[in-house]
Amino acid sequence: MLKTILRRILQSIPTLLIVITITFVLTRMIPGNPARTILGPQASAEDIAEMEIKLGLNKSKLEQYADYMIGILHGDFGTSYVYNRPVTGLIAERIPKTLIITLTSLAIAVAAGIGIGVLSALKQYSILDYIFMILALIGVSMPIFWLGLMLVNLFSVQLGWLPALGMGSMKKGIGDVISHMVLPCFCLATIPTATFARITRSSMLEVIHNDSIKALRARGIKESSVIWKHAFKNALPPIVTVLGLQLASAFTGAILTESIFSWPGMGTMIVSAIDNRDYMLIQGTVLFIAVVFVIVNLLVDVVYMLINPRVSYEAKGGN
Amino acid sequence: MAESKNLTVQDALGQEAQARMLKRERRANNVWNKLKRNKTGMIGLVIIVVMILIALFASVISPYDPNEIHPLDAFMKPFSPGHIFGTDQFGRDLLSRIFYGARISLIVAVGGTIVGGVIGVLLGLIAGYMGGIVDAVIMRIMDGFLAFPFVLLSIILMTVLGEGLINVIIAIGIGNVPSFARVVRGEVHIVKNEEYCNACRVIGVSNARLLFGHILPNAISPIIVYATLNIAGAIISEAALSFLGLGIPAPTASWGSILREGKSSLTKAPFVATISGIFILITVLGFNLFGDGIRDVLDPKMKQ
Repeated sequence: MLKTILRRILQSIPTLLIVITITFVLTRMIPGNPARTILGPQASAEDIAEMEIKLGLNKSKLEQYADYMIGILHGDFGTSYVYNRPVTGLIAERIPKTLIITLTSLAIAVAAGIGIGVLSALKQYSILDYIFMILALIGVSMPIFWLGLMLVNLFSVQLGWLPALGMGSMKKGIGDVISHMVLPCFCLATIPTATFARITRSSMLEVIHNDSIKALRARGIKESSVIWKHAFKNALPPIVTVLGLQLASAFTGAILTESIFSWPGMGTMIVSAIDNRDYMLIQGTVLFIAVVFVIVNLLVDVVYMLINPRVSYEAKGGN
Repeated sequence: MAESKNLTVQDALGQEAQARMLKRERRANNVWNKLKRNKTGMIGLVIIVVMILIALFASVISPYDPNEIHPLDAFMKPFSPGHIFGTDQFGRDLLSRIFYGARISLIVAVGGTIVGGVIGVLLGLIAGYMGGIVDAVIMRIMDGFLAFPFVLLSIILMTVLGEGLINVIIAIGIGNVPSFARVVRGEVHIVKNEEYCNACRVIGVSNARLLFGHILPNAISPIIVYATLNIAGAIISEAALSFLGLGIPAPTASWGSILREGKSSLTKAPFVATISGIFILITVLGFNLFGDGIRDVLDPKMKQ
């Protein structure tokens, strides 16, 4: 078991190296000279040359790559040209704001999705089941940014109930921030809720018709205990896998959602960094998100191994 | 045992009856006939066919030129005379733009899926068949690409490539390669150790022939299912890129670029964003329903 987990951890090291390399190559391929971007169109050739030296852009690509790798190993993601500050600092500043909405919306999605999924499975083929599943299907087919616009239109423009842009300010009290969170969180939670509902329903349906569950019922064990303690526990592994995937793709959703609601998180930062050709910042944030993605996947796999006895048996059998 | 059972059936019914029974069975197992019985899959297919027809005949059924500007007619509401869906901020007919947009959006989605599918299938075949170090290298690189959130990867690729139809197809295609490779590799792993593959090797069939003539056809079902569902995702990706201003350049209409324009005129004309989004939603829904349908038909094991 421990060996399997260790092997899984070692496996993710080459993936991380490849991620770093891909990021480096892609960001160097972005057209436009960052030195010129910083100094503006009126800058003289000497100024630009000087700036290129300062930024290390005069070195060969291989040297730049080496510098970059060494920097990362020291926890140095470079300096943003536009903000003139270390990228790590900028990320550290933005990440909590992105985490607030992604984690809140995921928590909502887990609770709502699992609830809907279990209910649908228990009442399979009932009207409720059909309604939930049609809604879930629409939910997974919806472009999240369109939903965002519709929410803004309805609740901010038409009804004027909720603020559409920004994060609000803690100075005005926590209520202000929460009211700014409602729409982005609702928007971000939609697709995961639908996904959780679908996977929970199918996973529960697989388990619920097992003889073991029938046996529990026959023994007169309380229905709620049968459902949640036994059936749900057995239905959990695929749900955990999906949770991991959703956690990772929540960041993707955040990029689009943040840009609709002008939420000052990682997403808006990436989009503006791309507009500004801020190489280091793009590189840093992309890398950061990719690394988080790899780590989350790793954790999900480990949790999966721990909660799914079938996997650990296979591991013992010497695969 | 199966043989003796067949014999008794034959004895009891006679040759002719048995032939009829087999025919009926074959008809029941025919993919198309099975699909016809799958109601939601058929709804999906109808939606897809309607959208493809709209895209094909956009120039015939559109009442106006999608790029024709009439500043005086800007922001006409839906159901205005001559403009069922109303007009946008330049007075362009929204219905015509949606019809022409269907063309671009579907071309990008299908094109992106084909680009990603062809490269991904090739890499998956090679990785799965060769195994060992080749497999490890290819799949680690794929893992590396999969570590990037899809939208993020396409955003960067679009920044590198620049706006434009072909570039959007390439960006979405590259983003799709790793998951195709993964699906195919897994499938090849299962298929390559089957008896008939061993038999081929024994009689000296070449690697290429074995891969493309025997392994690929037997691994095709999950590829088709995955590709169909992937088109749904690609439509959303195109819309997302165009929405962020990195996709199809103005004034060409795609559903994503109309949505982007709808965002800027949301307060004045919310219907622009609403209608273009509904078309995206319905089409994506269509591909999802159809994809689920053919999954149930082609690959009952995957049925959820």
